[in-house]
Amino acid sequence: MKILVTDREGNNHVLKGDNNSTLMEIIRDEGVDIEAACGGCCACATCHVYIDEKWVNKLNPKDDDEESMLDQAFDVKKNSRLSCQINLNDDLDGLKLELAPE
Amino acid sequence: MIEKTDVVIIGAGPVGLFAIFELGLLNISCHVIDNLDKPGGQCAELYPEKPIYDIPSRVSISGQELTDDLLAQAKPFKPVYHLSQQVEKIEKLESNEWLVMTSLNQTIQAKCIVIAAGAGSFVPRKIPIKDIEQFEEKNILYAVRNKSILEGKKLLIVGGGDSALDWTNELSKVSNVTLMHRRKEFKASPDSVSKMLELEKDKKINFLMGQIQNIEGLDNGKIKIVTKDNEEVTNFEVDYLLPFFGLKMELGPIANWGLNLNQNLIAVDTEKFETSVKSIFAIGDINTYPGKLKLILSGFHEAALMAQECFKYCYPDKKNIFRYTTSSKELQKKLTSI
Repeated sequence: MKILVTDREGNNHVLKGDNNSTLMEIIRDEGVDIEAACGGCCACATCHVYIDEKWVNKLNPKDDDEESMLDQAFDVKKNSRLSCQINLNDDLDGLKLELAPE
Repeated sequence: MIEKTDVVIIGAGPVGLFAIFELGLLNISCHVIDNLDKPGGQCAELYPEKPIYDIPSRVSISGQELTDDLLAQAKPFKPVYHLSQQVEKIEKLESNEWLVMTSLNQTIQAKCIVIAAGAGSFVPRKIPIKDIEQFEEKNILYAVRNKSILEGKKLLIVGGGDSALDWTNELSKVSNVTLMHRRKEFKASPDSVSKMLELEKDKKINFLMGQIQNIEGLDNGKIKIVTKDNEEVTNFEVDYLLPFFGLKMELGPIANWGLNLNQNLIAVDTEKFETSVKSIFAIGDINTYPGKLKLILSGFHEAALMAQECFKYCYPDKKNIFRYTTSSKELQKKLTSI
């Protein structure tokens, strides 16, 4: 499974995903700079990403916790997600996203 | 006035709190410093309600319960807490002891420093706009320390949590307040939300949906804030902007103390958990060593081994006799003397 990530400097990375991981874990463990301060329990907003429009509806939907946590993020857009709340699966091969600022 | 103790612990998270206990067993006294206004660190601030399942013997325990129990466990050793302040500077004395100075001008003299600062200290999350520093303290306030300067002023408060709503309600009495949030739902106590909605209905405050895009300084000492809701851009001229986007963690002044760092983590050995500087230790999430796991239980283990080495600095002439709490009459007397 390939995940295409654009980092904050605009560099593109092709990461190898698997269906046991969350999106944040793949980004973090593959060495792309993402803070993810709380470690994935939806308690901060430092793994904020923008999902490519084409992929937004293919992801597991946002729950209330994630929506509330996004209140602490900046420049929140319609395609904003916290990457720790996105479960990967084979249907997401080719998922494209961009890290949000800060 | 300089306060004296054996050990200064930086960080009152779970590992810092357990360190009080382990040091206490060895008759070592502690002062604990934390930037939050309460002990517990991330457990109390980020996830007080969330269950933790990997604390040995606790099938499930919330962040707040763990904090409360650790505080109770440490209590017999009479730790002194210095909250709502950050350690700014440390200085080595000729006696090889340390002077630790905080942002509230507290000075503590100690034989050892134990850094248990987790992912760093909690500070207000700042708006990621370039050159925003020039407006901070002047037009942008991340906390309200002196309400009187806001009287009769035009304010923009941003956020949807308790801080944003409580200050909106409070300051509406004396200032011209606009509250901005990215949606019309709020993550705050129902009381504060209904009060705010009532104030809006009575036109005592304005509510605006949107997010900050840019900030510009004006000649009259005010600031112009460009806000955006979807594609609709609105400009605001205000005296003060009060953004409440929660807290973030940053290493802060610790980075400048000359300790060996590895990707913003403090390198330690796995025997004593001492840093590259003698008599400064680092335990819990802030340290790194081969095989490190960022688990609360690893931090507990690190605290116990660190305490053994601290004993040598605190009682250089004494022999440390290893005793169990189950068998030592002396320890039992201490632990039940609350």
